[in-house]
Amino acid sequence: MADFVSLVFAPGFFESGPVASAVVAGGVVAAVSAVVGVFTVMRGQSFAGHALSDMGTTGGSGAFLVGVSPLWGFVTVSVVAVAAMELIGIRRPRGRDVATGIVFGAALGLAALFLYWDTTVRNASGAAMTILFGSLFTVSSSTVPIVVVLAAASLALVLVLFRPLLLASTSSDLASARGVPVRLVGIGYLLAMALAVSLSAYTIGAILSTALLVGPAATAARLTKSPLSAMLCATALGVVAVLAGIVLAYDSYGWPPVGHGWPVSFFVVTLIFVFYVLAGIPRRWRSGHTGTDLSTTDAPRRAHLVHGLVGKR
Amino acid sequence: MLVVENVDVRLGGREVLRDVSFTVHEGELTGLIGSNGAGKTTLFRVVLGLTRPDSGHAVVRGDDRPRTSPLVGYVPQKIELDPDLPLRARDLVALGLDGHRFGFALPSSARRHAVEEALDGVDARRFADARVGTLSGGEQQRVMIAYALVSHPRLLLLDEPLANLDLRSEQEVVELLARVAREQRIAVLISAHEMNPLLPVMDRVVYLAGGRAASGTTAEVVRPDVLSRLYGHHVDVLHVHGRVIVVAGPTLGSDEALRAEQADAATSTKA
Repeated sequence: MADFVSLVFAPGFFESGPVASAVVAGGVVAAVSAVVGVFTVMRGQSFAGHALSDMGTTGGSGAFLVGVSPLWGFVTVSVVAVAAMELIGIRRPRGRDVATGIVFGAALGLAALFLYWDTTVRNASGAAMTILFGSLFTVSSSTVPIVVVLAAASLALVLVLFRPLLLASTSSDLASARGVPVRLVGIGYLLAMALAVSLSAYTIGAILSTALLVGPAATAARLTKSPLSAMLCATALGVVAVLAGIVLAYDSYGWPPVGHGWPVSFFVVTLIFVFYVLAGIPRRWRSGHTGTDLSTTDAPRRAHLVHGLVGKR
Repeated sequence: MLVVENVDVRLGGREVLRDVSFTVHEGELTGLIGSNGAGKTTLFRVVLGLTRPDSGHAVVRGDDRPRTSPLVGYVPQKIELDPDLPLRARDLVALGLDGHRFGFALPSSARRHAVEEALDGVDARRFADARVGTLSGGEQQRVMIAYALVSHPRLLLLDEPLANLDLRSEQEVVELLARVAREQRIAVLISAHEMNPLLPVMDRVVYLAGGRAASGTTAEVVRPDVLSRLYGHHVDVLHVHGRVIVVAGPTLGSDEALRAEQADAATSTKA
């Protein structure tokens, strides 16, 4: 048993400070991203989520330049981006799509400048790698409480909006007929998403944060039938992917090239992808079965209908 | 239950509804009949308080008991539900209970009971645990009706509930709605562009054409004179095997025939 433990967890895993910070920050961020992500999947807003995190790159790299935690840069820019996305082209989806793309491009242009200065002026050669692909092991123990507070804020916002958000995500017509302020609820949700995306950009990288937002939620949506069970399932999948990713990355210091660990984000995103693919297998198998089930139960009904029509003639 | 009086609505300079008045009674099923663009959805929006009429008003009268749930249950037109939504039929019905309130609803036996009751009321228990997006059109329509009824409204509005249903589901939904109106003592108002499926169960009809409305029993309203007045030109009402077909008359230009009919109509309404 002890052998097995030491095989899975390389020596020093449980004593390491960076590992402890990574586990707490990573776990909390994975859980919040998963819950928020279920609505992202239901609302079909993964592009908005991706755009928010990529625009966050500008903030992250800018924060590096002035010497504050990239987390603040991510949060500031993505919240501003939500406001900008709401202000432009709200009426027509196509206009909104184009506007998002244009603002998104401009923000990435700025990010290119900031990242260049980060590496040349501030000699932070790892900045680009850290901002774009994240580094869970560089989360300092002092930022962990901030991560927890921001995660709690995002989760609280989703829970407050829960029922009207679920109704509006199901059908905005149904929601507005019930007097739900659909647009306001949508903005509130985008803010929760901006926070979740900033946190995951900070931990697993701006480019990969969509994977943590959408991946576990999409997998859960394949496996479950109700919103609540989808959220619980997504949370479990996200947390498992992040924790297993941390363990594997820690182990990878002993893998070739020896002495250079593989990036945590690689493991996390790969695990999420594997979960998603695996969740599709039983579904395909099941859908084959329910397909025949439905046709058999419907057969008498259909036959009845056909006979009814024939009879009338 | 619902009183609509002299409602005028102009949208973007166009007069959509002109002097529309009618009453919908408790325990009755009323059909709101009109072709596409006749103003049916606009009229629903006025009743729901989402569109303010330029003049006139629509009043929904409740019973005297103080109530926390809405007076009006509403099922909009063409709700598209994605089959991939992780949302069971019973989850959607539960949203009908209090989906507009902020916060999170903890599961309780009272909620579960209310949802079960609503599902039973529309014979939807069988597919209550299926994803709502995977259900057939008729099944989805039942779930939507349960969603609208679960909060025990006094008035039920359905916008084109029969659109896109096959013949059998259409008949089932119509019978269900007539039963709901009778048994739960609810005023039911259904819009449709085709009145035939509703003829066997409809207590009253509100016919919309050219922005104006005529209301009463089918026998009072679906008559050449009344409808010609509404359309502003001559129409014929044909009866074929218990079904009704409204067609434009051959003499569109014959003002004399129209005037004769209007005179006819005036005397018959007085009588």
